[in-house]
Amino acid sequence: MRRPRVAPAPPGVNGRIILSFLVSAAGAIGFAVTYGLGGQTQWEGVCLAVAFAGLAIGLAIWGRRLVPVGGYVEEHEGFPPPPEEQAMVAAVLTAPDSPVRRRGLLAALGLALTALGVAALFPLRSLLPSDRTRPVRAREVTPWGPGVRLLNADGRPLRPGDIPAGSVVTVFPEGGADAGDAPAFAVRLRPERFTRPPSAGHLDGLVVYSLLCTHAGCPVRLYLKGTGRLLCPCHQSSFDLFADAQPVAGPAARRLPGLPIEADADGYLRATGGFTAPPGAGYWSRP
Amino acid sequence: MIMDRLARALDDRLRLSPLTRRALAKVFPDHWSFMLGEIALYSLVALVLTGVFLTLFFDPSSADRVYHGSYAPLEGTTTSAAYASTMRLSWDVRAGLLIRQTHHWAALIFVAAILVHLVRIFFTGAFRKPREANWLVGVTMLMLALANGFTGYSMPDDLLSGLGLRIIVSVVESIPVVGSRLVSLGLGGEFPSDEMIPRLFVTHVLLVPAALVALVSVHLAMIVRQKHTQFPGPGRTEHNVVGSRLYPSYSLRSLALLAWVLAVLFALGGLVQINPVWLYGPFDPAQATSPAQPDWYVAWGDGALRLFPPWEIRLAGHLVPAPFFPGVVLGGVTFLALYAWPFLERWCTGDRRAHQLLDRPRDHPIRTGVGVTALTFFAVLVVAAGDDIIARLLRVPVYDVLNVLRVMVLVLPLLTGALAVLLARALRRSEATHLGDLTRADLRAARRPARADERTTADEPELPAPDRPGERIELWPDGEQWRWRYRNEPAGVAILGNRKAPTEREAADSARLAYPGVDHVMVPGPPPPPPHPVRAALRRWATTAIGASLLAAALRHRRRRRWGRNGPRPK
Ligand code: HEM
Ligand code: FES
Repeated sequence: MRRPRVAPAPPGVNGRIILSFLVSAAGAIGFAVTYGLGGQTQWEGVCLAVAFAGLAIGLAIWGRRLVPVGGYVEEHEGFPPPPEEQAMVAAVLTAPDSPVRRRGLLAALGLALTALGVAALFPLRSLLPSDRTRPVRAREVTPWGPGVRLLNADGRPLRPGDIPAGSVVTVFPEGGADAGDAPAFAVRLRPERFTRPPSAGHLDGLVVYSLLCTHAGCPVRLYLKGTGRLLCPCHQSSFDLFADAQPVAGPAARRLPGLPIEADADGYLRATGGFTAPPGAGYWSRP
Repeated sequence: MIMDRLARALDDRLRLSPLTRRALAKVFPDHWSFMLGEIALYSLVALVLTGVFLTLFFDPSSADRVYHGSYAPLEGTTTSAAYASTMRLSWDVRAGLLIRQTHHWAALIFVAAILVHLVRIFFTGAFRKPREANWLVGVTMLMLALANGFTGYSMPDDLLSGLGLRIIVSVVESIPVVGSRLVSLGLGGEFPSDEMIPRLFVTHVLLVPAALVALVSVHLAMIVRQKHTQFPGPGRTEHNVVGSRLYPSYSLRSLALLAWVLAVLFALGGLVQINPVWLYGPFDPAQATSPAQPDWYVAWGDGALRLFPPWEIRLAGHLVPAPFFPGVVLGGVTFLALYAWPFLERWCTGDRRAHQLLDRPRDHPIRTGVGVTALTFFAVLVVAAGDDIIARLLRVPVYDVLNVLRVMVLVLPLLTGALAVLLARALRRSEATHLGDLTRADLRAARRPARADERTTADEPELPAPDRPGERIELWPDGEQWRWRYRNEPAGVAILGNRKAPTEREAADSARLAYPGVDHVMVPGPPPPPPHPVRAALRRWATTAIGASLLAAALRHRRRRRWGRNGPRPK
């Protein structure tokens, strides 16, 4: 039996392949040793990379130099198959006793399967929240409401004097600090600089707004002092605090919802109601 | 020995030899661009392997956990179990960080490889009949790959991933009528819900990977069934595939590629830090990182969100918020267009024939132009996702960058698309083989639109065999079996049939399928082996070596003669 003869290994090729595989083995051993000595991410990575690169180079030389490359042809039967073949399949499928021909039974079967399929969709509803609140309602309800005190990030209730002029203080509702839609910020501004009165009112220039960007809900964390602008780090919407947190640049289109506040008998800040609008991104039924 | 016995044992039970013989001889075209799909495949292999390791340590839960571990700055803080377990993986599980980072890098390269693969399929027209179905499978896999990338990115519950998830949730919420309900269904509550991480986890490690593996199998099965396409060339027709065989050539080369992919991934995973969640800190609804950039393959969406103007629609007391257009509409249109392209193109060109020979981008200027336009558009969007960083680097206001990009995203794609059409036409009409060979006259000529007769040249039926003199099929007995080869003497081409046939008839039938209408001749014995690059190189080297040593010997001889024994010695 004769085969297309493989060229005898050209000088040096075998050696290079063996060397590559040895390097690979050394890499693998290096990895094992590094791991055994306590592990070190960079060395582990380098050793594994060397191990695989050695394999790759060895195999690549082998594949290029010791076996025939190119020069073969395979026929393509082409599509479609010969008509006789197609006719024979069609004949089997449409034989007199073929299930495909019993239209009435098929219709009934189809009905049963459709019913099953639809019934199978019902359990999907279990994915909805277990407390059954309607999603739109959930969006409107936040932990804020009349009498809820304002806490700082450490959970301490705040007095008006705790908000220094010129800086933004993140505030949370007492009893709901973890809620995703709760974060707000308080900032003290000079009332005479208001170009538009805050919709939720102010307490000697102290205003509170939702921290969530009305574009896509990121916390609007960057305060550009002096300008009274607040910048969203996600897509750079900026809101003008002197103009009732109106968006002035970037992709946001709606104001930040405000929070009406007052000082209670003990001098602590508390909300007199919820946000003036649902906080965060817009949605279909947003009022 | 053992292999032999094993093979025989299997054969006795499964009759594998006939299948194996054909499979081992399967021919793959030799062109680098056919490796791109394989890179995607091997990245998927790496993803699955590293992912299984991570799964054993990751705790998909948003329950509170007090972090204790080697990362001192967070010692004693309360975070979610998901974040705490990611920290443990990164700092306290041996080789954990290596595997985590390698997994992340593999995801980035996986999507990149899929994308480049798609681009090659597109520009070469490999999606045409009969491969439309595989194009559809491919686009679905691309979507699944993006989905899996995103769910994986969101699971560790760090600050950056939390921001990304929040943005996606807002985009889904922007869908008219059903948005809020979809979010509620997906998260089991409002963002951030307790169900969120467990559900992301199941999606990321089970649902999407299972679907991906199933579709990859379908994809590969279809390729085996339909065989590869190939670029036009000597001896290549619509009825054959010319290249190297699966065994031994491609098995070695493909394994080498697998090892290359793993080498690169582990090198990146070990040396290049990625997603350092300890620097971002745990998710907190009131905190944000700045700058905040997503992984590259969602950057086009992020860029679109940044560029789209603050336009909202109010409809009878209802709101369609701004993210709906760059988020949902753009994404939807993109994938619909991808799904529809093979059918759109067929409808426009009226070309319903099956194609096994690929186009070069120049053969189809309009398709090339559309592709370049789309690529430019998405490239500008990706750049736009870094507008804040660009502004910081250039020290210009971010809104100036934004405005420039808003213009560029509309104008640049049209310019590059038009340029691509022009260059493709010029290349096609001139003698130039490369862009660099084009002359000014070629470009000027390309400005006039294609003539009707020109439009079809790429799809012209091949010349019938009798008009191609010099070609023949040679058949010869090889022991008990038969072989054949295609020979085109004037072109200096000889291509061997990929496998032996048990009878002369079968050999002749294969040859007739591969080269219809080419005359067959019987030759007595095996012709000299096809010119082989190794052999040719060897012969060249041998000749050079002999020549060089002869020359050296001659020179030495002369020197000796001239200088005698007292001549200068080489230092
Ligand atoms: C999960 C991701 C994917 C994997 C693992 C994968 C893998 C492969 C492999 C190994 C090949 C054969 C080699 C080659 O031609 O490059 C191939 C061919 C092909 N792929 Fe993919 N692919 C993926 C995604 C896609 C996508 C996104 C598309 C298009 C939308 C696509 C369309 C095709 C087509 C039409 C072929 C046949 C090409 C030909 O024969 O010339 N694939 N794929
Ligand atoms: S989330 Fe604030 S700009 Fe997009």
